Amino acid sequence: MLDARTPLLAVKDLQAWYGESHILHGATFDVRESEVVTLLGRNGAGKTTTLKSIMGMVGRRTGSVRFEGNELIDRSSDQIARAGIALCPEERGIFASLNVEENLLLPPVIRPGGLSLERIFDLFPNLKERLGASQGTKLSGGEQQMLAIGRILRTGARLLLLDEPTEGLAPVIIQQIGKTIRALKEQGFTILLVEQNFRFAATVADRYYVMENGRIIDQFATVELDANLEKLHDYLGV
Amino acid sequence: MTEIFGIPVAVILGQLMLGLVNGSFYALLSLGLAVIFGLMGVVNFAHGAFYALGAFAALLGLQRFGVNYWAALVLAPLMVGILGIVLERLFLRRLYKLDPLYGLLMTFGLALVVEGFLHQLFGASGQSYPVPDALAGALNLGFMILPIYRAWVIVVSVVVCFGTWFVIERTRLGATLRAAKENAPLLQAFGVNVPLLVAATYGGGVALAALAGVLSAPVVLVSSQMGDSLVIVVFAVVVIGGMGSILGSIVSGLVLGIVEGFTKVIYPEASNIVVFVIMALVLILRPAGLFGRE
Ligand SMILES: Nc1ncnc2c1ncn2[C@@H]1O[C@H](COP(=O)(O)OP(=O)(O)OP(=O)(O)O)[C@@H](O)[C@H]1O
Ligand SMILES: [Mg+2]
Repeated sequence: MLDARTPLLAVKDLQAWYGESHILHGATFDVRESEVVTLLGRNGAGKTTTLKSIMGMVGRRTGSVRFEGNELIDRSSDQIARAGIALCPEERGIFASLNVEENLLLPPVIRPGGLSLERIFDLFPNLKERLGASQGTKLSGGEQQMLAIGRILRTGARLLLLDEPTEGLAPVIIQQIGKTIRALKEQGFTILLVEQNFRFAATVADRYYVMENGRIIDQFATVELDANLEKLHDYLGV
Repeated sequence: MTEIFGIPVAVILGQLMLGLVNGSFYALLSLGLAVIFGLMGVVNFAHGAFYALGAFAALLGLQRFGVNYWAALVLAPLMVGILGIVLERLFLRRLYKLDPLYGLLMTFGLALVVEGFLHQLFGASGQSYPVPDALAGALNLGFMILPIYRAWVIVVSVVVCFGTWFVIERTRLGATLRAAKENAPLLQAFGVNVPLLVAATYGGGVALAALAGVLSAPVVLVSSQMGDSLVIVVFAVVVIGGMGSILGSIVSGLVLGIVEGFTKVIYPEASNIVVFVIMALVLILRPAGLFGRE
């Protein structure tokens, strides 16, 4: 059993490379059980690379990624998924050669405790109506995003990595996704969210990390948000 | 007797039927190639060798161990499939990150090794395999006498080919295979052991070749070179159908067998090259193949 102070996910001195290019230069942060933690940062800061490194999807990485106390840095990405982490990738990663239902059922259930299909349809009623659609990529952007989130809720993963789930979506859909994230948190999911839109992040997150050039350069909690607003504008260049 | 262009209809139908038998082998072999190429991007030059290996496994089983045809139909593809998985794990998997040419050279090398091994063990002269009793005899179709065994070949091939198509296009396993083809890293990050899936797919593809080998054993001479000329035609079939297209490989295999049979009737001299002429035309008019995308 984890003691209460051990974070669910502890990342230490994470470095990552794509071929020769050294992208992450020692990122250190953690995510505690049932938290929503947001990773902020400008384009190219290394946010996506951080999520991919946690999942074991980059060429080479060093440092430490501990999940539920187990070291994952030397594991392959399928083993990492089976440890209980699930990724909703940037650009959603819906498979064009699979229909909607096949996309939804694609990730294997890795342990008990995942949401049933009915619960997923409660969260995303639109998905149920579009189940018959022939190609996953024929859905609207918002529906695709719901499919991308919905499909990782079935698997029993406890930690969800969401990479810019609001990108390019209409305000009503963004609101629905915010509502979903809060509902998921209530149901005991732990979420590491990557966002550029910190106004959206502020509606769901407990804590923030700011990333720049492959390092974590600052962190604060939601209650400290107002005090840090100016700094944050600076970091994000908005 | 009725004639078309001075050729008796019975002769035409007879040749079409024989063409369909050849097409059944083309379809099974090109399907295996398409499955392997589709997922792995490997042009499996060892396909003809695995076909021969399937036939020899049946022959050896019968001569040495008393394994009958029906058991061989299951056991030979199974054993060759397992061998394929072992070879993929040992050699092929190291090459995926490199230029596709390396995979091609590796499988070509594997073909030479397997065929050399068969040659060493069984000699150069072909051996025959008896038609199983239950499939001996012939059917009188009216226009021709069709040996029952050849009808059996058509039935097995069509059932296995469309069964494979069904699994790939309509089942959960097939959805996983299609996802692996489209975005393997993401599928693996969902918890699927993609390297194992790839190895199993190679095993499945070469098992289809071995099945074709067992099926062919009673109708051809079993020799280490038996796959060589066949597989060249089959590569042309795959290109015509569209590299990696499952349905394309099945349909073009069957249709090109029939086209070849028809050519034998109207212009026998061209029957050996008609498939290649069609391939050239397809490459000019529709480079992705008849069923290929883009
Ligand atoms: N596959 C790759 N190969 C080489 N370099 C890459 C690759 N993917 C990303 N990079 C580089 O790594 C750096 C970090 O990229 P990353 O995608 O992690 O940034 P990000 O913070 O997610 O940006 P964004 O907000 O635009 O999504 C960038 O400089 C990018 O050019
Ligand atoms: Mg990104």
